Amino acid sequence: MLRGLTILLICQFIGEILARGLELPIPGPVLGMLLLLAGLAFRGRKGRSQPPADVKTAAEGLLSHLGLLFVPAGVGVVTELDVLGENWLAVTAALLGSTIAGLLVTGFVMQRLARPEE
Amino acid sequence: MRHLFHLWVYLETTPLLGLTATLAIYSLAAAIARRLRFHPLANPVLMAIVLLALIVEVGHIPYAVYFQGAQYVHFLLGPATVALAVPMYANLRRIHAAARAILPAILAGSLASAVSAMLIARAFAAPRLVVLSLAPKSVTTPIAMGIAEAIGGQPSLAAVFVLLTGLTASVLMLPLLRWARISDWRAIGLAAGTAGHGLATSQILLRSETAGAFGGLAIGLNGIITALIVPLLARLLAGG
Repeated sequence: MLRGLTILLICQFIGEILARGLELPIPGPVLGMLLLLAGLAFRGRKGRSQPPADVKTAAEGLLSHLGLLFVPAGVGVVTELDVLGENWLAVTAALLGSTIAGLLVTGFVMQRLARPEE
Repeated sequence: MRHLFHLWVYLETTPLLGLTATLAIYSLAAAIARRLRFHPLANPVLMAIVLLALIVEVGHIPYAVYFQGAQYVHFLLGPATVALAVPMYANLRRIHAAARAILPAILAGSLASAVSAMLIARAFAAPRLVVLSLAPKSVTTPIAMGIAEAIGGQPSLAAVFVLLTGLTASVLMLPLLRWARISDWRAIGLAAGTAGHGLATSQILLRSETAGAFGGLAIGLNGIITALIVPLLARLLAGG
């Protein structure tokens, strides 16, 4: 678990350094994710197809409570209540409409283009 | 009474209050959601945020004081994003097999979200600052805040819109996609990640690991695509 968490943090660390150092428009953690994926794929090619057990444990532990991690930023809504109150109709309409559009368009294109799996 | 005042002063300076409150309220919300058998409207994240926001407002606790403790939970978003590589790797073969469908689907969904958000907000005469802060709303919080700042929106407002978008997607995705006869878990996961970032992905991951893996992929790719196209869209659509 400890080693697993350390590996996740190292990936994020390298991702942040690359993103900031090269001024990439991609956030560090996303680069870290790609880095870990590349690492796992590299190990897989060497015949070790399962991710290291402690990385798996740490990842599954974090992902099973992913919802919790959004709560602190969400409570930040209290700092924007004035703007939200003044524009509640526009914001509600825009959020509802655009989320529905995004879900439907992505799902529809993907289902249309992806060949069914056997 | 003086004693209580000292206690309050102590609590205001320690991260203990914000951290304990976040974990306790979220556990409570999760228990309620379980009791209601995970009904889409009984979203534990939404319930926890509403309860905590009420506590912070009613108790006149500055958000900065709350966040002093909550930041430890917030920080874990980074390693959790990295962790999405694990379900992605488990589904690498299937992602590879569908690669030619994935990019057009995310690109179309990304454009649809950003363009419709900005146009609807303008139709309702929202000020420019709100329109610009809405543009990056479907991507993960740190990148959305960065984009909002770069195009002249307000980062903290963008973070709120990101969260509200994730909650909306979490609640709507399953009934909406079922209604549209989209039943392929790969498509459902991709839609969750593209339109509702990590928040919707975390909810879909509970239903299907395949959907979670495609959602994780969508978060990353949509983040990159949005960072590239939103500055352009902002110039075209934000208005004067």
